[in-house]
Amino acid sequence: MAQEAASATPPAAPADERLARVGILSHVFRRPEIGSLVGLAAVFGLFASTATGFAGLDGFARWSDEASNIGIMAVPVALLMIGGEFDLSAGVMSGSAGLLFAYLVTHGAWNVWPAFVVVLLFGLTIGLLNGLLVTKTGLPSFIVTLGTFFSLEGINLGLTQHVTGTVYITGVDTASGYGFARRLFGSSFWSPHDFETRVIWWIGITILGAWILGRTRAGNWIFAVGGDKVAARNVGVPVVRTKIALFMTTSTVAALLGMMITLQLRSIQAGQGIGREFEYIIAAVVGGCLLTGGYGSAIGAAIGATIMGMATIGIPFSGWNSNYRALFLGIILLLAVLLNSFIRNQAAKAKL
Amino acid sequence: MSATPHLLQVDDVSKYFGNVIALKGVSAHLNAGEVLCILGDNGAGKSTLIKILSGVHVPDEGRLLVDGDEMRFASPREARARGISTVYQDLAVVPLMSIWRNFFLGAEPEKGTGPLRRFDTGFAKRAAREHMLKMGIDIRDPDQPVGTLSGGERQAVAIARAVYFGARVLILDEPTSALGVKAAGVVLRNILAARDHGVGVIFITHNPHHAYPVGDRFVILNRGRMIGNYAKNEVDQDELVRLMAGGQELTELQHELAGAAHVPAPE
Repeated sequence: MAQEAASATPPAAPADERLARVGILSHVFRRPEIGSLVGLAAVFGLFASTATGFAGLDGFARWSDEASNIGIMAVPVALLMIGGEFDLSAGVMSGSAGLLFAYLVTHGAWNVWPAFVVVLLFGLTIGLLNGLLVTKTGLPSFIVTLGTFFSLEGINLGLTQHVTGTVYITGVDTASGYGFARRLFGSSFWSPHDFETRVIWWIGITILGAWILGRTRAGNWIFAVGGDKVAARNVGVPVVRTKIALFMTTSTVAALLGMMITLQLRSIQAGQGIGREFEYIIAAVVGGCLLTGGYGSAIGAAIGATIMGMATIGIPFSGWNSNYRALFLGIILLLAVLLNSFIRNQAAKAKL
Repeated sequence: MSATPHLLQVDDVSKYFGNVIALKGVSAHLNAGEVLCILGDNGAGKSTLIKILSGVHVPDEGRLLVDGDEMRFASPREARARGISTVYQDLAVVPLMSIWRNFFLGAEPEKGTGPLRRFDTGFAKRAAREHMLKMGIDIRDPDQPVGTLSGGERQAVAIARAVYFGARVLILDEPTSALGVKAAGVVLRNILAARDHGVGVIFITHNPHHAYPVGDRFVILNRGRMIGNYAKNEVDQDELVRLMAGGQELTELQHELAGAAHVPAPE
């Protein structure tokens, strides 16, 4: 092959062309989200062919809603993972925040907005607690946040039952300020397709996450504390502060999501959010985040969430049993991790 | 003292840890554009001396002078502020991150104001490439992860970064110890490149074959004491090897090994 090329053209030209081509390829391979883009195309293609209405605007509205539910959290969880830590309390935290919010505006008869601020502060506090526990004790965040997860789960159930005698709080729509807050966070637009406003928030949070990661000083620090904590400290990166800020961001976004759900449903269950923490991690990993930290992308996490949203809607739309959703997600996760590690190896080999 | 003070000087410094004498009565000096080699076997006191120079330890006796001013560094940060930078063996680079992200890690240039304040990535890429080129290493792609570079190139990133951020004294702690012959060659070229940019380099090693070709002065430590301090024209490479190994012992070892080599291998 090399001989053919050499005889057909002057020797200098093909060498340059080949170099440029490898350069572009390795640039593409180096993007963490490239594997998830391939997966997205495959999953969309699958359901577009099996599920009627999936590829249309109505279908789009449905799966984008499911995707936003995961995606809003997948972005901060991805940033945290790139920073080398996990937050298993991220799912249950949305429940705690929703319950506190619902309690304040119903039993407390607060206006929605002061309650909103207090719940965000609550999110910041839980994140600070997670961050301090992880950075001061040096224990793995997997264990520390597993502790927070179960503590919050117990509090959610116990306190809700103690206060209401049931396992849910209703009547959020009677609160003052509810109408505008719902329009902002928990309603839909573009009738008759009815896209959820949450999708806009998800897109905004994804863009913000990608901007922070790729274009700010903080983003450089996040990659560094996850990639090599000691090296980062040696060159003056505030490792502890960066990690705590990541935990606080994750819990605060979880608090925001919990309130969005409460505003949309007008009520909240004590079990809200439990089990979803792993879906956020799946979305981040499908999107190219390394479990060991230091590598990943916010856009990738959003793509991962999109794949999961498509699966959640596509399976029943195709007339398949929805009970198999988790099986589907499990297979997607394994395939994505295999594909991502294959691509990373190719990128490492193709070093110009 | 001479009319122009040395860039860095230690004057009869000692350091004790409890009743262990880590370093006793060591004197040395370094000028801009010079390479000072500190030679010694394991446990000779090299690490203690580096830590005094880089601000980790304060000497118990003796003086540390920068530009002729006596210093008592409370931390490596203070030493860095006076232009004394240490490149450790682990190099303080993050393998998964690109060259330009590593180059400016912890001191990222920013542009824009308010919420639009951002990492000036264009400048960072250009500057990283340009300053690596000054070290004699042409990186065609600053987006390349540092982990895909060779050991010597990775070192060049760390050195170029230190020089860019105003290092006048560069302390290299055993930079060649874990490297093969070819990679060690890259490191020695890095040292000369830094020297040619007017940086004073302190090169810590236990390998006289690496030290002699690049060094201007040689300080030999043994069991915490200085057993030699020579300018290049006062000593040759063989003498350096002998001093390093404690003279007599090595001569004996050489005889022993020479004898062993003549033993015919069993069929």
